[in-house]
Amino acid sequence: MFAALRDWIDERFDWAALTAPLREKAVPKHDLSYWYFLGGITLFLFGIQVCTGILLLLYYRPSATEAFESVQYIMTRVQFGWLVRSIHSWAANLMIFTAFCHMFSVLFLGAYRKPRELTWITGMLLLFLAMGFGFSGYLLPWNTLAFFATKVGTEITGQVPIIGHGLKVFLRGGEDVTGATLTRFFGFHVALLPGLTVLLLLIHIALVQYFGMSVPPGVEARWKASPSEMRQMKFFPNFFLRELMSWYIALGVLGALAAILPWELGAKADPFAPAPAGIRPEWYFMFMFQTLKKIPARVWFADGDVLGILVFGVAGIVWLLLPFFEQAGGRRGRRLVLGAGIFALSYIIAMTIYGYMAK
Amino acid sequence: MDTWLNNGFPRSLTLLLTIVCVCVGGARAQTPSTCLDCHAALDPPLQVTQAQFSQDIHAQKGLSCTSCHGGDPGKADMDAMSKAAGFRGKIQRNQIPELCGHCHSDGTFMRKYNPSLRTDQFTQYKTSVHGKRLVQGDTKVAVCIDCHGVHDLRPASDPRSKISPLNVAQTCSRCHSDAKYMQGYGIPTDQYANYNRSVHHEAMTVGGDLSAPTCPTCHGNHGAAPPGIDSVKNVCANCHVFQAQMYDKSTHKVAFQSAGLPGCVVCHSNHDVSLPTDAKLGTGPEAVCMRCHKPGDICDQARAKMQQDLTQLDGAVKAADRILGVAESSGMEVSEARTEQDQARDSLTKARVTIHSFKTDLVEQDIHAGLKIAAMTQAEGQAALAERDRRRRGLGLSLVIILAVLLGLRLYIRQIESNASTVETAELRH
Repeated sequence: MFAALRDWIDERFDWAALTAPLREKAVPKHDLSYWYFLGGITLFLFGIQVCTGILLLLYYRPSATEAFESVQYIMTRVQFGWLVRSIHSWAANLMIFTAFCHMFSVLFLGAYRKPRELTWITGMLLLFLAMGFGFSGYLLPWNTLAFFATKVGTEITGQVPIIGHGLKVFLRGGEDVTGATLTRFFGFHVALLPGLTVLLLLIHIALVQYFGMSVPPGVEARWKASPSEMRQMKFFPNFFLRELMSWYIALGVLGALAAILPWELGAKADPFAPAPAGIRPEWYFMFMFQTLKKIPARVWFADGDVLGILVFGVAGIVWLLLPFFEQAGGRRGRRLVLGAGIFALSYIIAMTIYGYMAK
Repeated sequence: MDTWLNNGFPRSLTLLLTIVCVCVGGARAQTPSTCLDCHAALDPPLQVTQAQFSQDIHAQKGLSCTSCHGGDPGKADMDAMSKAAGFRGKIQRNQIPELCGHCHSDGTFMRKYNPSLRTDQFTQYKTSVHGKRLVQGDTKVAVCIDCHGVHDLRPASDPRSKISPLNVAQTCSRCHSDAKYMQGYGIPTDQYANYNRSVHHEAMTVGGDLSAPTCPTCHGNHGAAPPGIDSVKNVCANCHVFQAQMYDKSTHKVAFQSAGLPGCVVCHSNHDVSLPTDAKLGTGPEAVCMRCHKPGDICDQARAKMQQDLTQLDGAVKAADRILGVAESSGMEVSEARTEQDQARDSLTKARVTIHSFKTDLVEQDIHAGLKIAAMTQAEGQAALAERDRRRRGLGLSLVIILAVLLGLRLYIRQIESNASTVETAELRH
């Protein structure tokens, strides 16, 4: 049957020519090849998010009066609803985790270097979008923790100089977090962000295909010195099957987390209740949240929060344009980027742990 | 400027303006008082400082020393306190209630300051034990200033006030816990110590419930008197409405009345009301029924039945709680069962209230309703645990399948790579 289908396509589209790039495509093979899988795992988890998100949409109702109840209904009454919701929540966190790992692996393996600057920039933008997915999706179950975390999160946005207040009102759909915020976040989560993500993802993948896999500078130098050491593997099926294995492993981890630690729903948000103790954002915002908490109210002449937000804003832009800074830095550029990478990774890990340990 | 000032007309205008300003300013400010100039420097009890008096509600409303003490603070030295100036001096203790009542009983006058404030304090005071004894010449009894303070008098809503709910018991205790002071009155002096051990005190101080009962809640404030035997139940019923309704249906009501026993207090005590437990229905040290009833009599049988019912429902609620807790800690969503469980708990509370009717059939109705809900929630908890186990089995099976696929993929990759290297080697040989 498969052969018949293949013949049918072959007669119309020339199957051999169509699949030639796949057959010819090769991937560098070296000791660090397994880091390549992180991008693929992130893509796989995004696919899971799309599928489970569509399933959740069948029952979810985006209003302050019904959101919590609809998620509760999904978890208790809908067949396998608990699994779908749990996988959606866990996969979101795992996706951001693997995206961070992918970003740092690209940084430390030097895969962002010329000519792959645009691949880095689209990848970074995808990471920002993933965090946007996390922030907007966190509020959707309309539970107490999400409500107050969103209140704090959007309040921080309001501290941005000049456009802060307008941005806060835009995000909240008013001066405060209400049902209007929920509807707005739902719109961002299921329409705006997926649209942008798919567009950037296609560009990102096209760029990866166009430039091929990068070879780490050390390996590249070794291969140049001794060309006989150079190794490659076919993309299809060799690399693809290995990639498939990594997806299966991710699926196993995801299933285990969803079954053993189902994502909690908590209590319904009550806008008139006082904020419960220990309000904190999702783990991937923790390093920023903890930094803003620890900055003094006044630093010299500037407001501490505003200064912190400005520093993070500038750091984000610098990070986005990192490949160009390396080129401008000449010989020392690579060392500076590596140093910045090690500092950023250590800072994020340390502040995240501190944020969870601090009372 | 000099030219302008030297001009005759502007100079008179300046003078006129100055006079107007002084007059207007003087009229707007409080009446100037010289009383505090001296009294701030005196030793207690004659000392009244500006800091102290500025906190007084009367001072804040624009009243001054003369409002109570008379005199003319505009005059210098002792002339301010002359009889000619209407000076009344220190108010005698037996005249204080009447003096305060002069304004506080005048509805028209009080409306200007606080329209919602009652104006029957003096009338009530005359009906109180304090008021009656004062008329008989006993000046040791409490008068207005003993509870409200003097010169730094604050409203009850101010937490620093001596009569705020948090402080009023201590204010009463200043006299009522002083055995020496209370000598000759023939009443105990351990009420405050007992109250401090009570569930009411705990609700107030630990629970932060300012509506929890304190001395005036049961005794009244201005009309303070111990509730009579017949009115004890009515006093408690102000808060414990349903218990009182049940008690009214009971045989105890008539029995206690005819025996001259003070209703609720017989079982619950008065000042040291402890948190009632089901053990009160038992036969142990906390038990109260067996103080009057004989073992094996019809009432003892009813007591045993009611205690057994309560224990059964309490046990069922706790068992369901335990199962739901395990399910919840396993990540199962059982919030609906938790809400239903609250209804079972409500039934238990209701049964404990119905106990006051001492009718086993009424108690049984509440117990049955609670047991039905507890059985349902327990079943929901068990179903959640079964579902948890099913999920874990499903996970185990999925992981086995995933591992098998991974193994198959690995073997397949090895096979195609081994085939490829064989082909390459053969090609090299050729």
